[in-house]
Amino acid sequence: MSEPLSVTQRVLNTIAATQRIPPERVTIDSSFQELGIDSMDGVNILFALENEFDLTIPDEQAKSIRGIREMVEGVEKLLAAK
Amino acid sequence: MRRVAITGLGAISALGRNLDEYWCALRTGRSGIAPLECLPPGTLRFANGAEVRGFSHRGYFADKQADFVDRFAQFGVIAAREAVSGAALEWTPELRESTAIVTGSCVGGQTTQDLGFVNLYKLGLPRVNPLTIPRVMSSAGASQISMEFGITGPAYSISTACSSSGHAIGQAFWMVRGGQVEAAITGGCEAPFSMGNLKAWEAMRVVSPDTCRPFSKDRTGMILGEGAAMLVLEPLEAAQARGARIHAEIVGFGMSADANHITQPSIDGAARAMRFALRDAGLSPEQVGYINAHGTATQANDVTEAAAIRAVFNAHAPRLAVSSTKSMHGHTLGAAGALEALASILALREGILPPTANFTTPDPECDLDVIPNLARPAQVEYAMSNSFAFGGLNAVLVFRRA
Repeated sequence: MSEPLSVTQRVLNTIAATQRIPPERVTIDSSFQELGIDSMDGVNILFALENEFDLTIPDEQAKSIRGIREMVEGVEKLLAAK
Repeated sequence: MRRVAITGLGAISALGRNLDEYWCALRTGRSGIAPLECLPPGTLRFANGAEVRGFSHRGYFADKQADFVDRFAQFGVIAAREAVSGAALEWTPELRESTAIVTGSCVGGQTTQDLGFVNLYKLGLPRVNPLTIPRVMSSAGASQISMEFGITGPAYSISTACSSSGHAIGQAFWMVRGGQVEAAITGGCEAPFSMGNLKAWEAMRVVSPDTCRPFSKDRTGMILGEGAAMLVLEPLEAAQARGARIHAEIVGFGMSADANHITQPSIDGAARAMRFALRDAGLSPEQVGYINAHGTATQANDVTEAAAIRAVFNAHAPRLAVSSTKSMHGHTLGAAGALEALASILALREGILPPTANFTTPDPECDLDVIPNLARPAQVEYAMSNSFAFGGLNAVLVFRRA
């Protein structure tokens, strides 16, 4: 049996799948700009993350996200609170 | 080309069931935004909307007639009845076939469609109501109005998201001005409060958790609304000849496409629509005294619209009064252009500019005179009404005081 993927890797994979780009292009330090993520893409990624982790991401929290690291941390926080 | 008079007005919205109630709310800055009554609390991340609260077809339509008409088209007929009754045209057979009906709707019969889906996917029923199709179609408003008054001229609907009824009124205006028709009933109707549609808006994360604060620094997004507004247009000369009450003239229409992004607005596209409307009206920017803004209270719209207004009006921009009445009637999507056209017309007619309600803190990025919270007495000669849709389809109307 293979190791389950880390939360970080699942977030990165979800972003790659939503943006239709190869997973190796997405790192925790990638900026939205270099991945071509605009505001509507951002909303789309939040939707995909909600599905991937069976979460509800509040609007207030969503608004404060500026980068991929914050996305990973946000998901981890919500998972911990579950 | 002929000058075009507005001789009939009708409205139903969160602000009331007729024109007087609508205007009373606008001039006193009373918002119709309230907790949603269509869904149980907690169903959505947002709790408020601008609904026509407590609405039932009873008192407007016989049960049998209402079976054939979705809520959105019922609103359209109700507003058209008030507009047509006020215009008091004599409906000769000739006039009936030379009158146009052009209505706007963004999403059509959402509540009907949702009910069909609930039957299929939730209740597991094998069939939906056979009236689903004629109730859902977004042109149903135009059809129902034509049947209501026996009007047999050109009739159609325009669907350009949040600009739908701006485009509809503009098209009707051009047809009357160009002599293709002798009168027009035009406007928009919308009833977007279905669970499925509201969930889609929730997913976009553009709806405010509290209220609509256009141009405020602490704005948190839009508030959805429902309702309808209709206008009766006819040649100015004909209206004068029959001694009709003329609420205002419609003098300009401009449209443009951003060709940019499916949700992000562009300064250039909005500015071009405003310039085209001024050119169509033969006006210089300095002649406009009031703009009823698109003003959705999303971060993106308000900054972009303010920049576009400054680009078009330059040195005149600081002297221009601009308000967003969406702060009171909500964003009624395909009816927005029509309700806001009415707000502009009534502002000219009554000499009172409706405010931007719920305003708290100025935003340096929306540096305009937004008439915060209190209506302002002002005799204005020309008013502009902006509609900028998702997908970058823009429609701008210009009105003149009668």
